[in-house]
Amino acid sequence: MLTLLGVAVVVLGFAARFNPLLVVVAAALVTGLTGGLSPIEVLAALGKAFNENRYVSAALLVLPLVGVLERAGLQERARTLITRFRGVSVGPFLIGYLAFRQITSALGLTSIAGQAQSIRPLVAPMAEGAVESRSGTLSDETREAVRAQAAATDNIGLFFGEDIFIAIGSILLMVGFLAANGVALDPIQLSIWAIPTALVAFVIHGFRLWRFDRRLRAEAQA
Amino acid sequence: MIKLGAVYLLAGFVFGAFAVLSALDRNNPKRLGNAAFWGLVATSFLAGDDLRDLGNGVLVLGLALIAGFGLLGRGQPATTSAEQRRALSDRFGEKLFVPALALPVVVAFGVLVLKPLTFAGEPLLDPKQATLLSLALAAVAGVALALVLLRQPLISPLQEGRRLMDTVGWAALLPQVLAALGAVFALAGVGKVIGDLVTAYIPMDTRLAAVAVYCLGMAGFTVIMGNAFAAFPVLTAGVGLPILIQRFGGDPAVVCAIGMLSGFCGTLMTPLAANFNLVPPALLELKDRYAVIKAQIPTALPLLVANIGLMYAFAFR
Repeated sequence: MLTLLGVAVVVLGFAARFNPLLVVVAAALVTGLTGGLSPIEVLAALGKAFNENRYVSAALLVLPLVGVLERAGLQERARTLITRFRGVSVGPFLIGYLAFRQITSALGLTSIAGQAQSIRPLVAPMAEGAVESRSGTLSDETREAVRAQAAATDNIGLFFGEDIFIAIGSILLMVGFLAANGVALDPIQLSIWAIPTALVAFVIHGFRLWRFDRRLRAEAQA
Repeated sequence: MIKLGAVYLLAGFVFGAFAVLSALDRNNPKRLGNAAFWGLVATSFLAGDDLRDLGNGVLVLGLALIAGFGLLGRGQPATTSAEQRRALSDRFGEKLFVPALALPVVVAFGVLVLKPLTFAGEPLLDPKQATLLSLALAAVAGVALALVLLRQPLISPLQEGRRLMDTVGWAALLPQVLAALGAVFALAGVGKVIGDLVTAYIPMDTRLAAVAVYCLGMAGFTVIMGNAFAAFPVLTAGVGLPILIQRFGGDPAVVCAIGMLSGFCGTLMTPLAANFNLVPPALLELKDRYAVIKAQIPTALPLLVANIGLMYAFAFR
């Protein structure tokens, strides 16, 4: 039971809004110590795993490109482009992006879009532009809500699309785990059963985006 | 064969440049903190395999202390003003989208065309890392295209990259550090303890109860661990296999596929999935660190209920 103290440190640390990097290191120390490791051993285990997981941070390599394009005015261009299509409202725009993200992820193209390379430079400015073309200048609160919704849409599209692709990590993990427990499964069977949830996710989040759009319009008229 | 090492080398030099440019940035009162932080990241990419485990551990501790004591500031590289950007965007027009769209095109080219290629019997790209290799290649190609097509200064990718990197700040490293915490949790057997608690104290006499425990357990456990991949073996060994599949005769494909997706509902709701939930608010400069999670919860909860319904309806046909 003491092993769970580390989990408690994470929950409390995040809730109290301490710096998360410190919280995580503290949680690792607590978990290791209650598990009978010395502080040095915990630090070494943490360091080893940090080094093995460097690929997680390697995706930050897209930032120089995003930055240069911003310097040259990409966000402004994205905003103008959407206002030229007068009919496009933020709801249908983000629903379209959701469908695009789910379908391309289902084809295994998970990295062609993402928070750094698509949401910040393109999708969020376009979503803001779509609202602005109807409602004029946005309040800070509305701007934040639109940006957060754009980021959420990217995550939801990715999560509930990628599992339809047969060679994605989670499918391989499931096949491996089941094989080790004597259940032989073809990856395609798991992929097929990811489709119903993907459709429901599209309907639920699409409905929420439609309502979000309606709420913004009502606010603009009030 | 091109391996991940090539990406690490590139990342090491880019972060090294961020560190040097940070140190020279007199407009940032905390410039040495930034230089040290990005310098440590560069060291990790360039020399992580040569440092021992303990050395890497000390490096993580250094990152956490710099961030925790607020020694990280925000660099002020010279960039274009809002008016200049509007003027530039009128001048370049649709040309601006070319490097931005080249990125996904090159990634798709890498995954679909380069990945299957073999060279003298060896694959050109390390097949396990083809996506990340393609992404790095696309980033370089995009920068080259932007420099030529939009005639941006040669130093601008590094300065503008540093500007964005400082915007994200310590949050950028959080996903990797959390992954390392997951490894420590696994070492200490945290997953097994929670899994045993769930199976020992919650009754699962009916199919519906067992389905609900499995799906809610996957989501809840993912919230705690930050990763559905960590939850899956624990909950499936504890509930999925012995009860849903063996006792009630559920279809393993349905149980596992929908179980994993229930875990993904948990991913939408936890700050521990930092690359999805905490890095984007930093990138988008939102005031509320948890704004993206709050936008996701109203989708995640009904979807979780729907997953329970789908599994119950389709697993026992």
